[in-house]
Amino acid sequence: MNDLIEIARELDWSPLIISIKTGVVATIISFFLGLWTARKVIKMDYRTKSVIDGILTLPMVLPPTVAGFILLLIFSRRRPLGVFLNDELDIQVVHTWLGCIVAATVIAFPLMYRNARAAFEQIDANLVHAGRTLGMSETAIFWRIVVPTAGPGIASGTILTFARAMGEYGATSMLAGKIPGKTGTVSQRIAMVIQDGDYLTAGIWVVIVLLIAFAAVFLINIITGRHMKNIKRW
Amino acid sequence: MHEAANEAKITAKRLYADIHLRRGSFSLDMLLNSDAARIGILGASGSGKSMTLRSIAGIEDVDSGHIEIDGRLLYDSSQRINIRPQQRNVGYMFQNYALFPTMTVLRNVMSGLRGSRNENREKAQRMLERLGIAELEERLPGELSGGQQQRVALARILVTEPGLILLDEPFSALDGYLRDRMQLEMMGMLEDYDGQIVMVSHSRDELYRFSEELFVIKDGRVLTSGETKSVFRDPGSIEAARLTGCKNFAAVRVISDHRLEADDWGVTLQLERSIPKDTRYIGYRAHYFEPVWGERQQNCISFDLMKVDDLPFEKKYYIRAAQDSGGAADENMICWFVQDDKQKMIDRKGLPDYLRMTEENILLLR
Repeated sequence: MNDLIEIARELDWSPLIISIKTGVVATIISFFLGLWTARKVIKMDYRTKSVIDGILTLPMVLPPTVAGFILLLIFSRRRPLGVFLNDELDIQVVHTWLGCIVAATVIAFPLMYRNARAAFEQIDANLVHAGRTLGMSETAIFWRIVVPTAGPGIASGTILTFARAMGEYGATSMLAGKIPGKTGTVSQRIAMVIQDGDYLTAGIWVVIVLLIAFAAVFLINIITGRHMKNIKRW
Repeated sequence: MHEAANEAKITAKRLYADIHLRRGSFSLDMLLNSDAARIGILGASGSGKSMTLRSIAGIEDVDSGHIEIDGRLLYDSSQRINIRPQQRNVGYMFQNYALFPTMTVLRNVMSGLRGSRNENREKAQRMLERLGIAELEERLPGELSGGQQQRVALARILVTEPGLILLDEPFSALDGYLRDRMQLEMMGMLEDYDGQIVMVSHSRDELYRFSEELFVIKDGRVLTSGETKSVFRDPGSIEAARLTGCKNFAAVRVISDHRLEADDWGVTLQLERSIPKDTRYIGYRAHYFEPVWGERQQNCISFDLMKVDDLPFEKKYYIRAAQDSGGAADENMICWFVQDDKQKMIDRKGLPDYLRMTEENILLLR
């Protein structure tokens, strides 16, 4: 027991900060990008939709290490895009915190996109038509009618996206590495300490992750719950 | 009784809609041209009624045509003009009302207004007041009854002062008694509206009450149109007559200018008016048969009773012409509906020997 307290006191909290920062940023990016893409995709004809949808969902079904490998290929400083980003814009993705965000976003984005799309497709098209005949702009219709009505679906998409982004391991470790204090997220840390046989530290991190994950889900459920009065129970 | 809708209203407005579109195997070729204040479109489901309204509102893509309300051009394929629905200023009442589920009643009504927030709020509140639903202001649509939802939908439309109002089967989501009551109420609420209103429905009763000019449509085309009562009096074709609620039809042969023979009904009809040469059917409404006891008179059917359907205020007799020895196909069954007062006479005197068809109620159809 004393060991446990000792370890907790000595604990380097940087992985937690990095994980939360990564999760939040990746979720925000995925949220807007996911809504935007979902809105575009549902307007496409059936064929284009199938193709685009397949590509957008790919990161979710691929093994994260494969996604990480592809990202590494794209952003490597020996490849055109990587060279361009490095030389022209002074942006480095590989082995940086930006790499964490890129990896987490790519992996988590499909969850946001798919949930948003499913929620949008459930919406009564007449609501949108009504907005149009009432003279509301397309932007107003989207943000004031479509998104609130799709609220529960979007909320669950956001929860899942955040959870996935925060816990991302495979792609992150390949693209961003596990530099302590820089790109070492909680899940990387857990893997590392377990490799070192330090199960006690790993256990502490696991508990922390469990608490955060539960708190996030609980919080979002509370927030959306207030707006779901009009959704009938069955 | 509300007589408002039946008094001819003067509007200097005109709706002109020439709409052509194809969706798979269905094609719509519709021409509506009317200056009536209250326009009705009567058709079965799938006949293209809603599609017509949606085309006018701009929420359905039209292949070609020309749409104009009150001199304002909304769509013209040859000039490549297609005004966005947002700019058409057409109020559309959806069958399911399409209230925004996450907004309160007040926000719903405010959603079509462009002014400042306070202005909008005041305007919306005044409209809710006018329609007698001010106390619902803070409720969500899911908490309202069907009738209340409809009023909110109407308030949301009226508050934007549209140049034309389209009502898409407005009463089909309501049942029985409420439906009739809401229609009367709605006609009252729309009394002050001085633009044209188009209502589509499959209910002849609703449209008979509501519209001054009626278009009867089938398979995306206008079968007949005209002043509502005259359309009911003379629907022209058998399909249109059926849509206006006529139940009894018989194939006829025109024998002379004033005589025709309906073999299925075993009767030769003698008419005062001259009979158009292209008359192929006659139609006769189930309520209009007159019972005759004793001597057979002119234009009388002799019949066999098949079955009786006993309703609270009406009896429905299903009969067959006596001479008809053919199979008991339901199609040859004639409906005779008798209301309470006449029924008392039948209860007293027994079933009549004949049913007489009165000249003014005989529909001559193509």
